[in-house]
Amino acid sequence: MTSIGTGYDLSASTYSPDGRIFQVEYANKAVENSGTAIGLRVKGGIVLAVEKLVHSKLLIPEANRRIQTLDRHLGLATAGLLADGRQLANRARDESSNFRDSFRSPAPVKYIADRLGSYVQVYTLYSSVRPFGISTIIGGVDQDGPSLFVIEPSGVFFGYHGAAVGKGRQLAKTELEKLKLSDLSMREAVMEAARIIYLVHDDSKEKAFELEMSWIGDETKGLHVPVPKDLLAEAEQKAKAALEDFE
Amino acid sequence: MDHFPTNWGRPRNDAFDAYGTYPIAQRPYNGPVTDSFSEGVQHTQQPIVTGTSVLAIKYKDGVMMAADNLASYGSLARFKDIQRLHPVGNNTVIGAGGDMSDFQYIQAMLDELMIDEFTEQDGHSLGPSEIHEYLSHVMYSRRSKMNPLWNSLIVGGFKDGKRFLSYVDLLGTTYSASTLATGYGSYIAQPLLRKAVEGNEDILTEDEAVRILEQSMKVLFYRDARSLNKYQIAKITADGVVVSESRSAETHWSFAEGIRGYGAQTQ
Amino acid sequence: MDRIDMHRLKQGEVNLGTSIMAVQFDGGVVIGADSRTTTGSYIANRVTDKLTFLHDRIYCCRSGSAADTQAIADFGHYYLQMQAQVLGSAPSVLTAAAIMEKMCYQNKDQLSAGIIVAGWDEKAGPSVYNIPLGGGLFRQPWAIGGSGSTYVYGYCDATYQEGWGKDETVNFVKNTLALAMSRDGSSGGCIRMCVITKDGVERKFIPGDQLPRFWEGKEILGEATQKPPAAISAVSDVAPMAVEV
Repeated sequence: MTSIGTGYDLSASTYSPDGRIFQVEYANKAVENSGTAIGLRVKGGIVLAVEKLVHSKLLIPEANRRIQTLDRHLGLATAGLLADGRQLANRARDESSNFRDSFRSPAPVKYIADRLGSYVQVYTLYSSVRPFGISTIIGGVDQDGPSLFVIEPSGVFFGYHGAAVGKGRQLAKTELEKLKLSDLSMREAVMEAARIIYLVHDDSKEKAFELEMSWIGDETKGLHVPVPKDLLAEAEQKAKAALEDFE
Repeated sequence: MDHFPTNWGRPRNDAFDAYGTYPIAQRPYNGPVTDSFSEGVQHTQQPIVTGTSVLAIKYKDGVMMAADNLASYGSLARFKDIQRLHPVGNNTVIGAGGDMSDFQYIQAMLDELMIDEFTEQDGHSLGPSEIHEYLSHVMYSRRSKMNPLWNSLIVGGFKDGKRFLSYVDLLGTTYSASTLATGYGSYIAQPLLRKAVEGNEDILTEDEAVRILEQSMKVLFYRDARSLNKYQIAKITADGVVVSESRSAETHWSFAEGIRGYGAQTQ
Repeated sequence: MDRIDMHRLKQGEVNLGTSIMAVQFDGGVVIGADSRTTTGSYIANRVTDKLTFLHDRIYCCRSGSAADTQAIADFGHYYLQMQAQVLGSAPSVLTAAAIMEKMCYQNKDQLSAGIIVAGWDEKAGPSVYNIPLGGGLFRQPWAIGGSGSTYVYGYCDATYQEGWGKDETVNFVKNTLALAMSRDGSSGGCIRMCVITKDGVERKFIPGDQLPRFWEGKEILGEATQKPPAAISAVSDVAPMAVEV
């Protein structure tokens, strides 16, 4: 943290002499502190999975969802500040709704990623605001099939076959790279996603977590919905079994 | 100054030339100053591309609705492949008569409403009664702005084991009954529907319900000059919404062959 | 409506009392229009181009007020340019039609515009959308519009068939427009057509003196029933006077 104390890290509207915007880099730190979120683009659709760290036993199960629905065909998973995720999802819903209104057809996933990228970027320009403390995985199925994007706090976005953000992203990425994503069915992808989340979860540091999963594609008639309870239970069970074999 | 030389020395009032026989029928107006707004801003439009009746009845398993596939342009049968029964979610169908551009607007509006509800992912979805209530507020608020959505709508549905059937129109007027009909249907089909359905709502089978609607659509085709013998039937039951393919009613004309003249004539 | 809605036009406004048409076929669409623009019964322009460019493979046919439809088309053209830049690819015909419809619907109280949007795009292939007077979007395999169209609905219903190629479709458009123009006083002049396919837009032009001709009535009615005067038939060597038709 060479930046600390230099004074160049106090505002998003000030560069450091070597051309960095420290506020944006700190926003990335907020993302790194968060439980992992992953997205898989497979043959028939998209699977999103989140390792939701439960910081209190007093919380109601399934509260504070980190996967949100933007439109019938669009879903989003965030890692970072929960409230920032909510704000971005609301913006995404407006964008999607406006597109529908203007063009009488569902918005392409890329279009929403582009619009959100621009929106997030604006928060890196002014001293009066703080950049978004989230990395966002957007998944959806449009006319061109399934697609998956990640938007970072800087506002950049990239398309991916498999995406991972948050605490365990490095290990998750290594695991995703081992998979033949384009050959997987959606059900297989659900199993793999659950396994990866269980694998990257660090038992020694955090104790409790909830696995949150959603999917969009052939299996869901193109709707973004939570993975059904029974399938989720099966995936969790298999993930735990795989983890024991791994250890 | 009148810049059209052909007008010079000619009467300037249309009363002298009602049929536009002079080279320029609409010559510049040289009377008191008026502009495009002199007649005031007109808001209350008129329906232009229109659909005619919608019929709906309750029966044993749910609700059944019928509407033909015609969108008229005055007396011109302009579009003959228009669907006027529109499913909203899995438990509701709205059927529309009146202006078709306003109906498309309503479809888009309800679509957005259903998406807003879907994105909540809270396990709730809007059923027919909520959709009808919402529509009635929209229709009434638009009529109060002197800019109505020029439709009469029937909302039919089945949710949580209950049938739902209600009407709402461009004024925001609502009512419900076990048989409903809009437009010409309210004059011609409604008595037929009442006779067949009232008191039998829990007995009528699907086949019987279809037959009642078929017969009413046939009579409407006989007597409504803005109707088409090509229509669809929607049923909303515990299993969800099904809108049929287009179908035609069998009509009878053979009795007309022997008719001669209009009174005493015999040949 | 029991008559052409002239009161919707503003005073002295230029009217595209028109015959316009668009037909889809396997590889593209054919659009066509007459070339007459009138103010009342005066022909303000006899060589109008009512086939208006919206994007590379999307055109519209305009009917109604010239001022209104030009403004709508100009806005549509602008939006589609923006759209193409934002999406990085050519906009679909549906997109174009939806934009045009929105303008017509939301401003229905002040506009008189009946527009047909047609073209070709990568996803849907050829398509034709009809946007009638108060707005509303209707996809059709063939669409006709303008005051002249009312005279030829029957001809189109009887003639149109699915599965035509380009040449048959061009002929259909040409004949339909010629028939409409011959019966509608507010239509006339020449026929302009465009064939829009994946590969581009091809313009076609039929001059006003080379329009397809159909039944135009027999001789002057009174003459046909009269016998030739005896005096003339007796003097057979009198050459009849040449009459210019």
